Amino acid sequence: MRLVMREALLVFRRAPLLSALSVTTIAFSLFVVGLFGLVAVNLERALRDVAERVEIVAYLLPGTPIETVTLGVQDIVAFPEVQSATYVTEDEALARARGELVEFRDVLRELERNPLPASIEIKLKPTARDADHVNDVAERLTGFGFVDDVRFGRDWVEKLDRLRQIAAAVGLVVGTAFAIVAIIIIGTTIRMAVLQRSREIAIMRLVGATDGFIRRPFLLQGAIKGMLGGVVAVGFSFAAYELINRWLIQAAFFSREQALAIVGFGTLIGLLGSATSVGRHLRRV
Amino acid sequence: MIKFTNVFKAFPKGGLALKDVSFHIAKGEFAFLTGHSGAGKSTVLKLVYAEEAVTSGEVRVSGFNVAEISPRDVPKLRRRLGIVFQDFRLLEDRTAEENVAFALEVTGARRTTISARVMRVLTQVGLAVKAQAYPRELSGGEQQRVAIARALVNEPTVLLADEPTGNLDERATRGVFQLLRDINASGTAVVMATHDLDLVRQAPYRVIELQEGALVYDSAVDEAQDPAAAT
Repeated sequence: MRLVMREALLVFRRAPLLSALSVTTIAFSLFVVGLFGLVAVNLERALRDVAERVEIVAYLLPGTPIETVTLGVQDIVAFPEVQSATYVTEDEALARARGELVEFRDVLRELERNPLPASIEIKLKPTARDADHVNDVAERLTGFGFVDDVRFGRDWVEKLDRLRQIAAAVGLVVGTAFAIVAIIIIGTTIRMAVLQRSREIAIMRLVGATDGFIRRPFLLQGAIKGMLGGVVAVGFSFAAYELINRWLIQAAFFSREQALAIVGFGTLIGLLGSATSVGRHLRRV
Repeated sequence: MIKFTNVFKAFPKGGLALKDVSFHIAKGEFAFLTGHSGAGKSTVLKLVYAEEAVTSGEVRVSGFNVAEISPRDVPKLRRRLGIVFQDFRLLEDRTAEENVAFALEVTGARRTTISARVMRVLTQVGLAVKAQAYPRELSGGEQQRVAIARALVNEPTVLLADEPTGNLDERATRGVFQLLRDINASGTAVVMATHDLDLVRQAPYRVIELQEGALVYDSAVDEAQDPAAAT
């Protein structure tokens, strides 16, 4: 094992330029993937914030007794899709209207009778914030005898759905394309490193080295290059994020797990790239 | 030790590189393999160290049935052989000592064993003082000595040499040849492919001559005047 380690590290000392070149190439390929990942992360977050506002309001018939409402709220909270249900009394509704609709303050103050109905405001769980679930829950709400009317932004929820679908499709297609390009570039880089040492490989075989013995330092080396490339790529992404944050918009960076995933992806491609190109090389000679 | 029986080798693009070649080289023997370039000398050696596969016939090398050898056993076979080439085939970015040690490292030998044995063979080929030199700092003759040291370090039963003096001047040729003779004198069989007939005449060793892939002369057989033994 120590020998494998030594052989793998020797390459960095003996061919520093080529090693640096392959690490840089890997870093830039992964950087492109990382940039796209940043866009995806921020888009996802923005959509999640918007979806947060998905809300259903059930207006109650005037004069519904509080006991009925309390029981109703309990029933609604028991729906699997529902995160919370809040009872808003007529008075609270009026107070809120006074606070929010400043221009109508005078009108609202002069009212003799409160025209606003009491309501139950329902928030859905994150997984249920799409048109199908919203429609479903709204329908069930109309079934309650004390519910007068159910409101939610039907058009708005449907548009949000569409937006999410588009984002997911684009993310999948573009992300896959970027990943494939990165894999090809990294694979080629590693293959070059293997070809550069084909003479050495031939000599190793002549003196009786097993294929496994020849392969191991290459695998380790590929993994190290991929890992270094991944670390540099995360560094570049962070720099890009800092710039965007300072000059353009408030953005979010990868979570620790996502950053580790990029480094892991690089390591994995480095490893697999070495495995396939050394394997192909060994089979051919 | 090395036994070829009715060996045929076809070129990948058609034609025969070897036609019905049979011979037996005994333990501790020194044999020249002669013939013009393209006669099949290198092919014979490549079949011995399983670089190429036999088309038909049987090749046996120190207990291995090379014609049917599995890829897993090829490294084991090669560790029993020492191989030397015209172009030395040293690793340019390693010192003489590291080049020799390399052949032992691949076998998984222990560090202490390695350094002791490396110094011993380098001394044997007369290069102990240049152990730290890189190939580019050595003359052709010296590089070939490093290659021979590398071939010897695994204590092979046979040393295969493919035109080992082809790139050397006369003085270096004599030195390297003498070294091969010394190695043979200490018990290792040597098979040396060469087209240098002066060298062949200098020594009383067995000569196997190939012409266009066929064995046309074998001193061990023809001088004994027993043609039946050739098959």
